[in-house]
Amino acid sequence: MTTTDDAILIRTTINGDPVTFLSSQRDSLLEALRERLNMTGAKEGCNNGNCGACSVMLDGRLVNSCLVLAAEVEGAHVDTIEGMADGETLHPLQQAFLEEAALQCGICTPGFLMSSRALLAENPTPTEEEVRFWLAGNLCRCTGYDKIVRAVLKAAGEMNEAR
Amino acid sequence: MQAVKYARASSVDEAVTLLRDGGDTARVLAGGTDVIVQARERRRHIELFVDIKHIPELTSLTHEGDGGLTVGAATPLYRIYGDTEVVRRFPALAESTHVIGGKAVQGRASLGGNLANASPAADSIPAMIVLAGVARVAGPGGAREVPVAEFCSGPGRNVLQPGEFITSIHFPPPAAGSGQAWERFIPRNEMDIAVVNAATYLAFDGDVVTEARFALGAVAATPLSVPAAAAAVIGRRLTDETIAAAAEAARQTATPISDMRGTVRQRKHLVGVLTEHVIRRAVERARA
Ligand SMILES: Cc1cc2nc3c(=O)[nH]c(=O)nc-3n(C[C@H](O)[C@H](O)[C@H](O)COP(=O)(O)OP(=O)(O)OC[C@H]3O[C@@H](n4cnc5c(N)ncnc54)[C@H](O)[C@@H]3O)c2cc1C
Ligand code: FES
Ligand code: FES
Repeated sequence: MTTTDDAILIRTTINGDPVTFLSSQRDSLLEALRERLNMTGAKEGCNNGNCGACSVMLDGRLVNSCLVLAAEVEGAHVDTIEGMADGETLHPLQQAFLEEAALQCGICTPGFLMSSRALLAENPTPTEEEVRFWLAGNLCRCTGYDKIVRAVLKAAGEMNEAR
Repeated sequence: MQAVKYARASSVDEAVTLLRDGGDTARVLAGGTDVIVQARERRRHIELFVDIKHIPELTSLTHEGDGGLTVGAATPLYRIYGDTEVVRRFPALAESTHVIGGKAVQGRASLGGNLANASPAADSIPAMIVLAGVARVAGPGGAREVPVAEFCSGPGRNVLQPGEFITSIHFPPPAAGSGQAWERFIPRNEMDIAVVNAATYLAFDGDVVTEARFALGAVAATPLSVPAAAAAVIGRRLTDETIAAAAEAARQTATPISDMRGTVRQRKHLVGVLTEHVIRRAVERARA
């Protein structure tokens, strides 16, 4: 990675681990994650805020990492799809996506998982309509959404039983 | 993307200095949901981003003793529509902010950004206009106030002078027994730019309208305040006739263009429909 004269050192926390990296001031958080930190879970779909494939959590809020500057995460907490499973144990949402076949090509999946997890953290018992409204910022070209919605509702049910 | 430098301001004065010294190519960075896209697509030449989100007062939301509301210009939208007092007392503001982008956009996007970006279709601006919102501005010459209704000067243009930025937006207390509503038409269910949006605020003495404000978006070069619609209802009872008169006045005021989202004819029609809708919903709220 070439270091340009606009490079800055960024100290942040990603999935609970302190991370320090060098970034260009013009990089987005998505570019920094994928190209500087080799965390390629967040995907680039549109690069303009419309598709949600790049969704991550920034200080506990769902954001599009393509619409965040890497420099903005100095001192912040970032959570990405890489931190979703607990070791070898999948998160109930990940498990439900597999069981309900809520993905085909999979490029939208990390974004849907991050977004769905944020939904269930705020509203553990969403209706189908609430799931669809919440996920409106995530686009999927393959599944037609029904299976994704079903998977989210299933995971919500299972997570509530486990509580 | 072109923007080369990022600076985090920790106070209003620091932001003013950074913006003034940065000149034309320095831009405020609030939620970044407009400006990062513009920088990437090179629609604006930007050399310095001044991040205002770390100035404490810029992300505050305060209900004042007299019932007024002050929203820090960079407060993310989810905190506005997620505030139960805003939902109860400023429902038009809650409605308009709840549908700007999706959840990930709402985690970052701000009222100050929606206003300063000055899109003719910006969803929160008509709501802010009818709520008599006033933008509090800081700059090299000191602080000043600009009514939201006078803030936009053209598509993507506003009245801010070099070095100036919005620190907060203030709303006076809505009158007891008043009602307000905001609505937009889009062909999808969510995540789309308004074909038309409309808002109203109505105050009453008994059944008689004593105060009225109307505003429209996506039907002119800037979001529009519509005094002619207000004149059609002030001093009157709201009947089918007076409501139709307000809708007609709004249609007369609108000067839309035809584009990919809608034609002049469709937009004019929608102005009438939405104006009626918001009046009826504001009346319901006033009576509730
Ligand atoms: C996917 C997507 C969907 C969207 N949907 C909608 C929608 O439905 N309705 C709608 O109205 N908008 C929509 N938008 C546009 C955008 O989200 C809003 O305009 C938002 O409110 C901008 O706020 P921000 O804080 O992100 O602004 P930024 O991008 O940070 O800034 C926008 C502009 O305002 C300036 N600025 C920001 N804050 C200030 C300030 N305090 N003082 C002076 N200047 C300032 C910036 O320099 C920049 O020029 C959408 C955007 C995306 C990406
Ligand atoms: S890549 Fe960020 S929203 Fe599409
Ligand atoms: S699975 Fe292909 S885009 Fe969603």
